[in-house]
Amino acid sequence: MSILHYNGGCVVAMKGKNCVAVATDLRFGVQGQTIATDFERVFELGPHLYIGLPGLATDTQTVYQRLQFRIKMYEMREGRKLKPQTLMAMVQNLLYERRFGPYFVEPVIAGLNATTKEPYICALDLIGCATEPADFVVSGTCSESLYGMCETTWREDMEPDDLFECISQSLVNAFDRDALSGWGAVVHVIEHDKVTTRYLKCRQD
Amino acid sequence: MATERYSFSLTTFSPSGKLVQIEYALAAVAAGAPAVGIKAKDGVVLATEKKHKSILVEEHSIIKVEVVTDHIGMVYSGMGPDYRVLVKQARKVAQQYSRMYQEPIPTTQLVQRLAAIMQEYTQSGGVRPFGVSLLICGWDADRPYLFQCDPSGAYFPWKATAMGKNFINGKTFLEKRYTEDLELDDAVHTAILTLKESFEGQMSGDNIEVGVCSSKGFRRLTPAEVQDYLANIA
Repeated sequence: MSILHYNGGCVVAMKGKNCVAVATDLRFGVQGQTIATDFERVFELGPHLYIGLPGLATDTQTVYQRLQFRIKMYEMREGRKLKPQTLMAMVQNLLYERRFGPYFVEPVIAGLNATTKEPYICALDLIGCATEPADFVVSGTCSESLYGMCETTWREDMEPDDLFECISQSLVNAFDRDALSGWGAVVHVIEHDKVTTRYLKCRQD
Repeated sequence: MATERYSFSLTTFSPSGKLVQIEYALAAVAAGAPAVGIKAKDGVVLATEKKHKSILVEEHSIIKVEVVTDHIGMVYSGMGPDYRVLVKQARKVAQQYSRMYQEPIPTTQLVQRLAAIMQEYTQSGGVRPFGVSLLICGWDADRPYLFQCDPSGAYFPWKATAMGKNFINGKTFLEKRYTEDLELDDAVHTAILTLKESFEGQMSGDNIEVGVCSSKGFRRLTPAEVQDYLANIA
């Protein structure tokens, strides 16, 4: 099994109408053994900007810290907030710099453009190759099940409440079929004037 | 070894606290060809004198107004060869930025980074300060920018300014002529008139150079276009 699957965990992000949502499970394990059920791998990087870093837990934390450093330096240097597209380019650089000894994370970015309010999602592989689809992105140990769920539940122009329902059902029903992720979930729904964070009650087995 | 003889910085403090190397560099700038920059509502204009030592010079192969990126351009007063080093560095910095962030470099960022390079040459061993001042203009985030960058590494945002020979007269002229609601076309006229104040001989499309920057990007005007502006002034 790949080192990407060593600790388990998954992340999904979806576009809605003037909103985006990003969700993750809370399991941290070592192969089959569950160690913690409060491990967050989705981080806030700005007022409307989130990144999920599923993969090897040690790299989740390292990549998050190095990214935070680069973002703070950028925002100080330029005196402005980071755009989601700029974050994507930054993550690409960070990952591709380690092309031949990569960080074992496959990031997902979700956010709203601070000026245009345009929703943005994207997913990258572990060396920084990005995809920017119009509907949803998945990453992590149960990405195949997530694809299946998202493809059946996602609809265009969902309102924030519908989007929350859609992403939650997709995530929970996907990771219930996966031994390496689950044990609770967090969902962030990002609108231009607020972000709603909800913790879901899930099966604990 | 002979190569190590000047590996210390040549720019050192005089007892009075001045860095005379930098003052000499500024003297080289003040003796250089005049350059003018004016910010308008909808763009920026750069203009400079381009006089040749001999009538035999093939004038169209000498270029002073340079494009850095699609939306940034620059011009100089001072030493031509030093300027080309800085143009090369500016383009490199701009490309590094857009490679890193997948968006064009903001003018303020380019200016800051170029100024840092110029400052480095006042403190490093084996080099001398640049004998040029730069005028850098750009358009981003829906507004125009105009900066001057000195050999010391100091930089200033201007509404309008002049550098090089007779720059004090040029600035006085601009202070009288400048208004906040200038249009780009008027700014080009004002820039040419400022150069004309100290110009010896007949101005033509071949002995001045003009660059304009607007929401459409930066562009060097052709001699024919410059000639049209000159015809309107006369």
